[in-house]
Amino acid sequence: MALRLHNMIKIKRERVTLSQQNAVEARNAVKAFGQGDNAVRALNDVSIEIRKGEFFTLLGPSGCGKTTLLRLIAGFEMPTSGTILLEGADITYLPPNQRPVNTVFQSYALFPHLTVAQNIGFGLQMQGRPKAEVKATVDRMLALVKLEAMASRKTSQLSGGQQQRVALARALAPSPKVLLLDEPLSALDLKLRREMQGELKRLQTETGITFIFVTHDQEEALTMSDRIGVMSAGKLQQVGTPREIYTRPHNRFVASFIGETNFLPATSDGSTLTLPGGYQIEAPAGTKAGQVTVTVRPEQVKLSPTPEAGTLPATVRGVVYMGTDMNYQLHLADGTEIEACVVSDVTGEAALAAGQTVGVRFTPGAAQVLED
Amino acid sequence: MSAAEKAQAAQSTRNGWLLSTPALVILTLFAVGPLMIVVVYSFLAPGQYGNIEWAFSLDGWRGILWTKDIFDDTYGLADANVTIFWRSIKLSVLTTLLTFAVGFPTAWFIATRPAKSRALWLFLITIPFWTNLLIRTYAINEVIRNEGLLNTVLIKLGLISEPLRIIYTDTAVFIGMAYVYLPLMVLPLFAAIDRFDMRLLEAAYDLYASRWQVLRRVILPIVKPGIIAGSILVFVPSLGAYVTPRVLGGGKQMMIGNFIDLQFGQGRNWPLGAALSLTLLIIVTVALLIYVKYANRDTAHGH
Repeated sequence: MALRLHNMIKIKRERVTLSQQNAVEARNAVKAFGQGDNAVRALNDVSIEIRKGEFFTLLGPSGCGKTTLLRLIAGFEMPTSGTILLEGADITYLPPNQRPVNTVFQSYALFPHLTVAQNIGFGLQMQGRPKAEVKATVDRMLALVKLEAMASRKTSQLSGGQQQRVALARALAPSPKVLLLDEPLSALDLKLRREMQGELKRLQTETGITFIFVTHDQEEALTMSDRIGVMSAGKLQQVGTPREIYTRPHNRFVASFIGETNFLPATSDGSTLTLPGGYQIEAPAGTKAGQVTVTVRPEQVKLSPTPEAGTLPATVRGVVYMGTDMNYQLHLADGTEIEACVVSDVTGEAALAAGQTVGVRFTPGAAQVLED
Repeated sequence: MSAAEKAQAAQSTRNGWLLSTPALVILTLFAVGPLMIVVVYSFLAPGQYGNIEWAFSLDGWRGILWTKDIFDDTYGLADANVTIFWRSIKLSVLTTLLTFAVGFPTAWFIATRPAKSRALWLFLITIPFWTNLLIRTYAINEVIRNEGLLNTVLIKLGLISEPLRIIYTDTAVFIGMAYVYLPLMVLPLFAAIDRFDMRLLEAAYDLYASRWQVLRRVILPIVKPGIIAGSILVFVPSLGAYVTPRVLGGGKQMMIGNFIDLQFGQGRNWPLGAALSLTLLIIVTVALLIYVKYANRDTAHGH
């Protein structure tokens, strides 16, 4: 029995090492544009590990370097310094046509002189695959993206969503080891975008191919990804699952870029955080002593109609009805503004009125201490 | 449709014709009219001192390829004429190919410059148009003649001891025509490449295409309308070129244009000249039809 258990653990361990092999790895990647003093570092020493078979999202505002990182992986740009690895092999200086990596472009970049089927078969044809194989794969891809009826159309005759599917099928057809998606949904309207989000997730699960998805849309990142890398100013700010990124942001940028949040100054003695007004909460493990910044999501801010003992007194400044939620703007005694988000009751009436003094509490464990 | 509506439609059709009348009159007078005169002349007999005689004759058409033996009145193939036709077609095709080979990289270069400097490059390309064709042709003459720039430099450099004999050869005519017609190739190519979405290059490169395949499978098929337009713009005037072969061919390396001129001048054979003009027209039309059809068939199949 013990032996069997031991073997099982061993097998499991082996599986873990296999599954944790990295699809793509960037080591100290730097990309500078321009010369000398005018040089702009689009990527400033970025190291990242993207696991095999995961849906990884690079999230950040425009100009944060996420597209540059994607282009380094695709091979359209060479890093100024650093290394890019694909399944452990150095591909830093390999041209794009020798990398088993395909891209779905933001503009789709479909070939206007070719039909839908010819577009999808292009990669396979360039690889010199036999005609029968190309045809079979193209048919399979057409079925995968549900465009069988459009096979012989020119791409200009398709709608935006259909073009998007062609671009996906074209990039997936050569079965790349990694699929790169550069803000592929940004040109679609909201409804179509929602639909394609589901579609992308489905394709990723069905094909098992590693997806690296670039977006500036935090909601897109949260709903689709296995893991997210948040980028800002050419640096990787935090990597983690959507839940980790949302509930345990490391710094002010990550906290404010993903979702709404409140920032409060606090004094720490290592185990307890004292907020202005004397409100005390337990400090998360590993909190250093001294002045710190605490962040709390609005939905973790609880309000009581009177400032009871052990709560943080605040004045209601404004109430905004948002349908499902009621948003309260609160004013603390020291002038800090915070927001609370409360689920609306059945009448939709605000329980608390502007000008009222209320007691604020944070859900235990909700407060997060930021690094900076 | 009611009667009133019918009347209205008829009125609008009448108005349309009425408004086009000036254009139609001009076209009839200055395009169709002269062509008809040429057609009629080609079926008449030559006059003694030029002009024509009003008598039906097929000698003009026959004279294109056959020549009458002055002793026994039998017809034989006119070798000189065949040579001239062959030279015209050969040089025109070569000129089109050379202008494409030089013009494509040039147009690509210009189209990929930043918008600011692009205007300057285009301006430089069009500068030769400002100068008279004859003067430009003499300039080429000055470069390639035996004591010209090219030979002087090559001899001074010790690369050759004898001057290269280029002037008054087919090569001279070829060089001259390629130079003169190059902008006509570059401009439509530029227009096509300018519209080309450069992001497609990355897409093709990403999908395992080699540089050659990117050119062959993506760039060329997409800029094909520009290639066709440029080729037509170069080939058509090349075939009927007159000044360039005259100046650089020295009157010996005649092309169809010079040959036609000869019939209306010293040759005093207007019907032959008229028939030759129409032959030129037919060659150009047929060549274009074949070319465009071939090019379109290529598009339809996509490979």
